[in-house]
Amino acid sequence: MFMKMLSGAMIAGGAAGLLAASLHFALLQDKLLLGEQYESGELSHFAMPAPTQDHGHAIATGAHEVTAHSHDTAEGDAEDGHSHSHASSEEGSDITRNLYTVAFNVLIYVAYAILMTAGFAVATTNGRRIGPSEGVLWGLAGFAAFQMLPALGLPPELPGSSAADISDRQTWWWAAVVASTSGLGLLAYGRSIATAVLGLVLLALPHLIGAPEADGYAGLVPPELSAAFAARVLGVGLIVWTFLGWLAGKLWADEPFK
Amino acid sequence: MTLTSVKTTLVSKSFAAIATMFVVGGSLLFVAGHAQSAGIHDVAHDMRHATGFPCH
Repeated sequence: MFMKMLSGAMIAGGAAGLLAASLHFALLQDKLLLGEQYESGELSHFAMPAPTQDHGHAIATGAHEVTAHSHDTAEGDAEDGHSHSHASSEEGSDITRNLYTVAFNVLIYVAYAILMTAGFAVATTNGRRIGPSEGVLWGLAGFAAFQMLPALGLPPELPGSSAADISDRQTWWWAAVVASTSGLGLLAYGRSIATAVLGLVLLALPHLIGAPEADGYAGLVPPELSAAFAARVLGVGLIVWTFLGWLAGKLWADEPFK
Repeated sequence: MTLTSVKTTLVSKSFAAIATMFVVGGSLLFVAGHAQSAGIHDVAHDMRHATGFPCH
């Protein structure tokens, strides 16, 4: 019984993880590597500090020149970085790094698939039928609860972004996920107005409390790059979660747990 | 064994299986997405950023 559920989850999660890894390299990795160049100081979009009152004019002029220069450098290095990524000296470590990314994409989506399949089992023991259509809804709900709603408080970040203490953010992330999954579950499967209201309260609660925030906006990466990365992370998550739900639901319908 | 006790055994068996699934899934999620030991953090780094986890 347990092994049957686990093997279905591993197939669905493994396939979803491979899809996630493909989309990662097609849409996300180049932005992540560019973010790292800003994090390390190799690139800078603000090469000078903000002008002070005393020397405002001189520094402002200097900053303008340096900014223009750093813009040129950014474009040049970005192109260089692309061509260098195929250089033989870095090729081995790039391959290892990317293999780990594939492996961890598979691991994380297997984890999601195991949790989703456990949810299917709970629904089935309560008389619900689960198939690919229901699976797609579960996938959308999983995306909302594990990625979209936590991102309201903790937007997906590039290396070099400023953020609050890591353990505070992780604690809030878990609380947001538990509240969001419970809230969506109550909305979907609750049988009264009261459970629907409680579900909405649980969905809103993490954001009324608020996620931990950094002391100031001191990120090194350009806001345009961060925004594009965050949007793509959520878009990729939506696609992969929907596929995960469909496949997990289909496998479940073919051989339901009894 | 009476019918009731057979039913009870089946229910408790499935409860145990489902509970184990939640524990295994949650643990894997913690290790892949959140564990901060340097070794795991470094190899999971790109996936964590690209999946919206708080990374560092």
